[in-house]
Amino acid sequence: MTNQTDFITGYSPAPESTNLIEIKERYPLFIKGKFSEPQSGKYFSTINPATEKKLSEVAVANQADVDFAVKSARNAYKNVWSKMPPKERSKYIYRIARVLQERGREFAVIESMDGGKPIRESRDIDIPLAVAHFFYYAGWADKLEYAFPGRKANGLGVAGQIIPWNFPLLMAAWKIAPALACGNTVVLKPAETTPLTAMKLAELLQDIDLPPGVVNIITGAGDTGIKIVDHPDINKIAFTGSTDVGKIIQKSLAGTQKKYTLELGGKAAHIIFDDAAINQAVEGIINGIFFNQGHVCCAGSRLYVQECVAEEVISKLKDRMDTLIIGDPLDKNTDIGAINSKMQLKKIIEITQSGKDEGGVLFQSKCTTPKSGYWFKPTLISNVAQSSRVVQEEIFGPVLAVQTFRTVDEVIEKANNTPYGLSGGVWTDKGAKIFKITKQMRAGILWANTFNKFDPTSPFGGFKESGMGREGGIHGLYPYVELS
Amino acid sequence: MNSRIDIQKTYKLYINGKFSRTESGRYFPLKDSQGKTTVNLCQASRKDFREAVKFARKAVSGWSSRTAYNRGQILYRIAETLEGRKKQFIQELNHFGITKNNATQEVEITIDRLVYYAGWADKYQALFSSVNPVASAHYNFSVPEYQGVIAIISPNDNPLLGLVSLIAPAFVGGNTIVCLASEKNPLTAITFAEVLHASDIPNGAINILTGFSSELAEHFSSHKDVNGIVYCGENLELNKSIQENASENVKRIHYYDKINWLINKGQSPYFIMDHSEIKTTWHPIGS
Repeated sequence: MTNQTDFITGYSPAPESTNLIEIKERYPLFIKGKFSEPQSGKYFSTINPATEKKLSEVAVANQADVDFAVKSARNAYKNVWSKMPPKERSKYIYRIARVLQERGREFAVIESMDGGKPIRESRDIDIPLAVAHFFYYAGWADKLEYAFPGRKANGLGVAGQIIPWNFPLLMAAWKIAPALACGNTVVLKPAETTPLTAMKLAELLQDIDLPPGVVNIITGAGDTGIKIVDHPDINKIAFTGSTDVGKIIQKSLAGTQKKYTLELGGKAAHIIFDDAAINQAVEGIINGIFFNQGHVCCAGSRLYVQECVAEEVISKLKDRMDTLIIGDPLDKNTDIGAINSKMQLKKIIEITQSGKDEGGVLFQSKCTTPKSGYWFKPTLISNVAQSSRVVQEEIFGPVLAVQTFRTVDEVIEKANNTPYGLSGGVWTDKGAKIFKITKQMRAGILWANTFNKFDPTSPFGGFKESGMGREGGIHGLYPYVELS
Repeated sequence: MNSRIDIQKTYKLYINGKFSRTESGRYFPLKDSQGKTTVNLCQASRKDFREAVKFARKAVSGWSSRTAYNRGQILYRIAETLEGRKKQFIQELNHFGITKNNATQEVEITIDRLVYYAGWADKYQALFSSVNPVASAHYNFSVPEYQGVIAIISPNDNPLLGLVSLIAPAFVGGNTIVCLASEKNPLTAITFAEVLHASDIPNGAINILTGFSSELAEHFSSHKDVNGIVYCGENLELNKSIQENASENVKRIHYYDKINWLINKGQSPYFIMDHSEIKTTWHPIGS
C-alpha cells in the first residue's frame, strides 16, 4: 500500500504502518489444530479492494474437506471439549480474548486491507469488540446453570457457522465465543472476500494451545457453505448474511433436527422528530448509514424526517457529507473506505440507478475517489416513494433514502412497512415519545438518540425476515444449548 | 315416553369473534364411538384461513398492547368459563371415544393450564428480560415482545388439552392466533370457541377452524402474513413441507414432537418464549 494518497482530503496522509503484519502467501485449511492442504487441491485469491492487488490465497474446501472438519469437531466435542470442566473451557476462551487484544493492531490492519474498512473503525470498533465478545462469553462457561430459569443447559455438539464479509473477525467472535462457552465445537467458514483475519485467528488458536478440533476454520464460497449446512453430523447452524441466502438455508434445514439462528438483512428506519437535538441527530444519521461504507445489516438506510425540520436536517446532512473523507482505508483520517468487492459495488450502482430512474433526486458527496479499487461516494436519495426499490430493498452500501412524515402514527406505519425488522432509530427530546416509538417499531434493536452501537452484553438480532435468534448477552446463549 | 325432539346442533368456524360457516359450503361428518355420524363440521378452505389471518392481524395491535395484568385476567376468565361448562366438555370427549375418566382428567388439566398461563402473563417478562451492562455511557435493556400472528395445527391426542396447551402460551405472550382443530376429534375445539366467545377476548385474537391438515397445512405455512407456525403431528413429510414453506418469509417454526400435554412438562414459560422476540433498546446516559 502506498503512503501517498492521490485524492484531495485537505489532510496530510496519516497511514497506519503495515510493517508489523505478516500475511502468508497462502493459507490452507485449519482443521484439527493444523493447517492442512485442501483435498480439493484448489486455492483462490483474496484481494485488497482499495487497490485490487492480491494479498494472499486461501483454500477451497470441498465435500471431503468439510467432512474432515466436521469429523475433527465431532471428535473434539466427544473426547475433549464436552468433558472438560466448564471453568477450564472458560480459561481457553479468556486466553483467546487476551492474546487477540495483545495483537489487536495487527488484526486491525489486516482487516482493513482485506475488507476495505477504515482503520479507525477496525482499530476502534471491530477488533476491540471481538476481544470483548470473547472476554464476555468466557465468563459464561461455568455459570450456565444460572442462565436458564428452571432448566439445565447442555451443549449441542458441533456448530457450523457461516459468516459475512462486513465485520469478518467480529462476526467470527460473535459465533465462536458463545458456541465454545456452551460447550460446543465449531466449524467456521469466513466469507470468500475476507478470509484473512479468520486465518490469523486460526494461528492464534494454535498459539494459545486450544485443543485440536475445537475450532476448525475452512474457506470457500457459497458451495462450501451449503455443504456445512447440509452436513448430517452438524447439530447447529449459525448464519449471518443476506435474507435471500438465509431463506435458502432455512429451507435446506426443513425437517432436520438441526437448530439454527439466522442474522439476515435489514432496512432500518431512522426517525428524526422536530424536537430532536438536530446537530447530534445529523451525526447519528451519518454514522447510521455511512459507518463501514453502509455494509451494515442494521444500517439506518431509510431516513424519516419530520416535515417541519426536513429542510434544515437535509441541508445540514449534505454539508456534513461533503466533509467526509473517502479513500485509503489505512489512513487514520479516512471516514469511508473501499467497497468490499466488485460484485457489491455493481449491486450498489445498479440499485442506486434504479432509484434515479424511479424519479429519486440524488445527492453525492463532493469528494473524489481513488482511481484503482472499488469506491462509492456517500449518497442521499430524496423524492422517493415508499414502494421504491431504494426504500424497500437492502442496498448494503453508503446510500440513504430520505422521506418525510408529519405524525407519530404515520411514521410508525411507514417504518414497519417492510419485511425486515432488524433495527431502528429515533431522535427526540421527549422520553414518552421515545418509548411510544421504540415499543411499536417491529425490530430487534432500537437506538434512541444514538445509532449503530454494539456491545457483547447486548443481544443483537432481528424480527420478521431479518432472521431469528439473538447473538450477544444472556439471550445469545440460547442458540447454543439444549435445555432439559 | 318423552315425545320431545332434541335440538341437534350444527357447528361452525370461529373467525373474528363470529361463528360462521365455511365459505366453501363443504362439511365433513364426525362419527361417534359407535361409528354413527352424529355431527357435521365445516371443512375450512384456504379462503377461510386467509380471512382468519386478516382478522388475526388486525387484532394484534389491540391485544398486544393490553396490559399484562389484563391479559392474565382474560386467560383466567377463560378458565372460569370453561370450569362452568366442564360437564359438557367431558361428555363431548366421551362421546367420541375417550373414557370418562380420561375425559375428566383432560378437561381438568386444561382448566388448570389456563390458570397456569394466566399467572405467567405478568411474570415471564421479568424472567427473560435483561438490563445489559454495556461498556459505554448507554442505558440498555432487552425485553420479550410478541411475534404477531401464530398459526397452529393442533395435535390429535388430547384434542382439547393439546389445543389449549398450544394456544395459551402464544396468546398470553400478546400474539393472535389462527388454529386448526384436531382433525380426528375437533368437536371440543369448536365448543371451546364458545368458551372463548364468552370470555372477553377481542374479536379476531383467537380464530378456530375445522378441516384437514393435508389441505390447510400448506396455506398455514406459506401465508406471508403469518409470523410463526406450530405443528406437532406425526407426519414427517408434512412437517418437512411445512418448514420449507415457512422459509419463504422466515417464519418461526416450532415442531413439538411427542410432547405429553398431560404432565407438567407440557407447560412452561419457555413455550411463551417460543412465540416471543427479544427487543433491545439503547439510550445514551448524559446531560
